[in-house]
Amino acid sequence: MRPLTFRKLFFQCFILAVILFFVVILALKFGAVPVSLYALGRDLLRVLLGQSSQISSDYGLIIQNIRFPRIILAVIVGASLSVAGTSFQALLRNPLADPYVLGVSYGAAVAAVLGLVAEPHLALPPALAALFTPLCAFIGAAATITAVYFLGRRQGQIESNTLLLGGVITGYFLSAIIVFLLSTVNSSNTRGMVFWLMGNLSTSFQKSVYWFLAAGFLLATGVIYASANDLNILLSGEKEAMHLGVDVRRVRFVVYVAASLLTGLAVSVSGAIGYVGLIVPHIIRLIFGSDHRTLLPTSALGGAIAMVIADTLARIVVAPNELPVGAVTAVVGAPLFIYLLRRRLA
Amino acid sequence: MNPGRSSAAPRTPPESTRLGTETRLAVEQVSYAYSANPSQAPLFTLEATSFQARPGEIVAILGPNASGKSTLMQLIAGVLSPLSGRILLNGFAIHSLSPRTRAQRIAMVQQESRLLFRPRVWEFVMQGRHAHGRSLRFESHTDMQIVQDALMHVGAADLSDRLMDQISGGEKQRVILARALAQQPLLLLLDEPTLHLDIAAQVGLLDALRRLSARYRYSVIVVTHELNLAAEYADQILLMQSGRCLRVGPPASIYQRELLEQVFQIPLRVEMRGHGRPRVTILTDS
Repeated sequence: MRPLTFRKLFFQCFILAVILFFVVILALKFGAVPVSLYALGRDLLRVLLGQSSQISSDYGLIIQNIRFPRIILAVIVGASLSVAGTSFQALLRNPLADPYVLGVSYGAAVAAVLGLVAEPHLALPPALAALFTPLCAFIGAAATITAVYFLGRRQGQIESNTLLLGGVITGYFLSAIIVFLLSTVNSSNTRGMVFWLMGNLSTSFQKSVYWFLAAGFLLATGVIYASANDLNILLSGEKEAMHLGVDVRRVRFVVYVAASLLTGLAVSVSGAIGYVGLIVPHIIRLIFGSDHRTLLPTSALGGAIAMVIADTLARIVVAPNELPVGAVTAVVGAPLFIYLLRRRLA
Repeated sequence: MNPGRSSAAPRTPPESTRLGTETRLAVEQVSYAYSANPSQAPLFTLEATSFQARPGEIVAILGPNASGKSTLMQLIAGVLSPLSGRILLNGFAIHSLSPRTRAQRIAMVQQESRLLFRPRVWEFVMQGRHAHGRSLRFESHTDMQIVQDALMHVGAADLSDRLMDQISGGEKQRVILARALAQQPLLLLLDEPTLHLDIAAQVGLLDALRRLSARYRYSVIVVTHELNLAAEYADQILLMQSGRCLRVGPPASIYQRELLEQVFQIPLRVEMRGHGRPRVTILTDS
């Protein structure tokens, strides 16, 4: 009997945080324009000392204005998707669940595509225009979440199987609408639309968006983490959980809303990047066990690491062009997942 | 007639010292109706049922399939709310308690759902400590001690570091009982605890249950199909048939041939043995 202690948890997270740090440094270094580690360290120090005005070289600007925001986005999106995936797997009691299993990404994509079509016809101020599509995507995600919630209710509370079926069907319906839209809308913007379906981290936003995303991530993850022990027990069965003192109805609702919010935020800035939210929780479970008190924070860090690596690969494999990061995660993720699945069955 | 009152029948001296005199659980005129759709007629009804249980007492609920045994258990566990009547535990209505408070007082042992990710035995038993203390926390030394004691009481101390899917059915049933013990309940509910167990394991489990209920004053309610085990171990029997509680009382008063034959629809023979415990033999055509 070796129960989880705060020290053990802290140690596990610390190791992953160190790995994340080095991955981020390498991601800053690699790219279409190579940068030396020395220059990187010098610029980093200047930023930390508040002397960013001294960074005048083009390299420094590339790092500061292009790569760094993108890596931050990868960190937040990767962490959000992994936490959402972990939560949905527990909530639906289904190891195949991922953040998009309930159709959230398709809802976001439909609204985003509509946004892309509408945007040129609306005379929006530039500040709003830049945020218009992500906002549409977020609204689409929120609408889907609400609709699926009502579809998934039975006798006033969420029922895992009904929710799963409702979500999957909603997803099919919405993906059909996307196909309609893509084939009927004549658009110079097909590339932008594919973006939402495949996922991409190349958009840069104003600074406030990153703060907003980070705050949303921390809030939703904190709410889910407060139910970590309840999720552990929920995994051994809903009836059992009730008898063991879990307020099943409340936990399900809270975790559903928080995990959907995480997915919605991630999808609205990066499109539907697949596989990270499915596979990272499984890998973390193999390494650290299935206790959600460990699993949630380590999945967040693991998701961030995986996403930064995937995005770096997306940038450098065919540089100076780049791949959609969703394609990279799918190409790496699908075989990895099949491997894990076979191992589990063996 | 109020069947609950008949439980006040005189008992042999050792039992009266073993059992408390106060009422722990009082089920008062509890009824329930189940319908698939609120607008339709109910598919199943449980008619007003009453009985009482004292600390340290083992009550067995007997009856054929679909007689309402499990529904009654769900009502006592607080998972279902009664249509009428009330269920009091130490004087408090069970349905007014929060899930957490309820789990501090009532523990349920039932057939386990399939586990999605496999925990270790001690982790599984530790779930019984969930209702005690804050929801998000780390296990304390006290929790660990209680878990170890619970495993020891069911004779599974050596299993504590095994994985849940690497132990036998009998061991698993004992571990599930240990989790219920770790809840330190006042009331222990068991829904067919001996299902899938071999005879030695059945007797072992019930022996442990009798020992523990005497020592820790749990009131135990057990749903079972095992007529002879119920006769051997229960202080009180609740006999049910198609949603009605036919009779409540000590085994000797319930185990009458005509009554059991009528309820279970099978010819049988009842013998009364020396210590006042009846035994049932099923008579087949051959």
